[in-house]
Amino acid sequence: MNSWLIRNARDLQGKNIELMISNGKVVDKADFVQPYSELDAQGLTVMPGFVDLHTHLREPGREDAETVLTASQAAVAGGYTALSAMPNTLPVADTAGVVEQVYRLGQSHGICDVFPIGAVTVGQSGEQLAELVAMNQSEARVRIFSDDGHCVADPLVMRRALEYVKLFDGVIAQHAQDPRLTENAQMNEGEVSARLGLKGWPAVAEEAIIARDILLAEHVDSRLHICHLTTAGGVELVRQAKLRGVKVTAEVTPHHLLLTDELAATYDATYKVNPPLRTESDVQALRRGLADGTIDIVATDHAPHPQEAKDCEWNAAAFGMIGLETAFSICYLSMVKSGLMSVAELSLRMSSTPAKLARYSDHGELAVGRSANIVLVDLDKSWKVNAETLKSKSKNTPYNGMELPAVVEKTFHNGVLVYDRMNQGQEGV
Amino acid sequence: MRDLLSINDLSKDDALEILDTAVQLAALSDSSNRKFPTLRGRTVVNLFFEDSTRTRISFEAAAKRLSADVINFSAKGSSVSKGESLKDTALTLQAMGADAVIIRHGASGAPAQLARKRWIDGAVINAGDGTHEHPTQALLDAFTIRRHLMQDKGDLAGLKIAIVGDVLHSRVARSNVLLLQKLGAKVFLVAPPTLLPVGVEHWGAQINFSIDEVISECDAVMMLRVQKERMEDLFFPSEREYARNFGLNAARIAAMKGSAIVMHPGPMNRGLEITAEGADSKKSVIVEQVANGVSVRMAVLYLLIGGATSRDLTAQIGEH
Repeated sequence: MNSWLIRNARDLQGKNIELMISNGKVVDKADFVQPYSELDAQGLTVMPGFVDLHTHLREPGREDAETVLTASQAAVAGGYTALSAMPNTLPVADTAGVVEQVYRLGQSHGICDVFPIGAVTVGQSGEQLAELVAMNQSEARVRIFSDDGHCVADPLVMRRALEYVKLFDGVIAQHAQDPRLTENAQMNEGEVSARLGLKGWPAVAEEAIIARDILLAEHVDSRLHICHLTTAGGVELVRQAKLRGVKVTAEVTPHHLLLTDELAATYDATYKVNPPLRTESDVQALRRGLADGTIDIVATDHAPHPQEAKDCEWNAAAFGMIGLETAFSICYLSMVKSGLMSVAELSLRMSSTPAKLARYSDHGELAVGRSANIVLVDLDKSWKVNAETLKSKSKNTPYNGMELPAVVEKTFHNGVLVYDRMNQGQEGV
Repeated sequence: MRDLLSINDLSKDDALEILDTAVQLAALSDSSNRKFPTLRGRTVVNLFFEDSTRTRISFEAAAKRLSADVINFSAKGSSVSKGESLKDTALTLQAMGADAVIIRHGASGAPAQLARKRWIDGAVINAGDGTHEHPTQALLDAFTIRRHLMQDKGDLAGLKIAIVGDVLHSRVARSNVLLLQKLGAKVFLVAPPTLLPVGVEHWGAQINFSIDEVISECDAVMMLRVQKERMEDLFFPSEREYARNFGLNAARIAAMKGSAIVMHPGPMNRGLEITAEGADSKKSVIVEQVANGVSVRMAVLYLLIGGATSRDLTAQIGEH
């Protein structure tokens, strides 16, 4: 089916609107092609599909945890129409060949766009720059580079990377974690880690790298993006840097907007994540930072792991939690229900701003002539998370059993209905 | 109470009941009858993922004196060393029908996971997990302090107890801080700042960087084992500097109150945290702690899987 007429939808200003979709784009009457399917979106809010700049798809190498296909299915079930594949795969996405493979897998499934992020250094070992231009000039057109999972800890390597990506308007997305201060670290260092006897991960290990990289980015006038900010101190560093005009942007994950380190007291490794869950005052600072724009975007850090990697001793368990399918609900709960921002502002942080930051030109805007990457959400309904029915191949969600507000009902990617909660997203898959 | 994972699982009354029961069991053990039929037919598994001869044999002796069948499952030479998961090990023990699993594990929280995920139906008793807790050690320490300073009666209100050494890595310290304060004692933590966890100020104990500031007012001084490899991790510059500033030596023993006692959970590093004079002084109750450990662990097993309270004890033993 090529054309859609979506009627009775509410836009982000609360206005009733009618949307026409033909040939993958939002069109006006002149370009609307017959025949068409009609969708009555009574009660649903329409917005541009969400854009994630931080996703672990695990393919190639760990297809037992997730694949490009299953991550894409999870993405559209969460209202995302674009993912950014982190390079910590096996092999590492540090060459044009690997990033093209991931990009083409995404294209061939056709469920959502999968844009690879390239590794900054060869093998993510932090020593030698990977061939960044080759990845940028590949079919995958990589602009974001990250050693995510590892910090680019060597200040000289970081400086060179920041300088080098200016060659093609690229950006370095830093996983800010001083390795020496976090050797074998297990959870946020503080009252709870002291009580539980789990090795602490101090806030300063994150903030010291953020501070250093802000100074480096300022010095070489380059673009720096801070991955998954988690501390109040980190928010303040980014706020001050922006006031000085440094080209720094930052992201926060949904889980760091809601969960705290108290959850580690269960010793349930579902709550083990890198960077770790922090304190309630950090959560509040992150929320304020996202509301006032200090933190530019929400990114999921969707990190699937097979059951055995979590069903074990905390020390032995893998870091990470899945998040694509719950991201909007968690953000709606943390930011909109709490009165800190409007749905329209949340949409900016989850769609338009990340699309602009990553230069994903087909995403982040709902307008005539633009690609029809659209999500329809019921803000008045709630749903109960059941890990077993999530689309992701892995089930390591911290929200299992929770009742969450806001239900993603339908997702369109390039004008194709790729997710329909009513028939579980079979069409187009 | 189903499991004993942390001192936080115990109310003050629960703790006192364990101590009172241990007092009774110790008295009975001193008489000619050293074996009770209480746990006949019950199976107790010692699941030890870390070497700890003294804790294992203490639990083994306790279970055997209560007539339980004891299975020792040591990680060395077992399937664990071949990479079997905690879950599969637990399921194996479950299939064998363990009524209680006494677990020692290098990872903090491993006993809590066993209990919470209910891979095992039996009671789970924490015999030391990582740097988290060692509740039966704290109970035997409280028993020892109460025996010497409170005539085996009531709580520890009014007593001042110093815990000295590597608090950061010590499960003994964590359990003792919780239990001793629950029983009304005032606790001093004495350590170099590097060996105190960030967040220790929430524990309610008084922090001191100098042992000499507090030693003369304490009723008990508990020395913690300091592992020599901590020096390589930059926690202190040298063994000599540590021993000079935090070791229990003859001069410090001399500064202690006449009634005060010296404790150590073992194994000791003689010459590091405690000198031979300290370990062997008349104030030392270190060997006695070991004997008390058996009584306290008997009490824990009795109350946890014997399905009884301390009031039943005399009656039950009287039947035989």
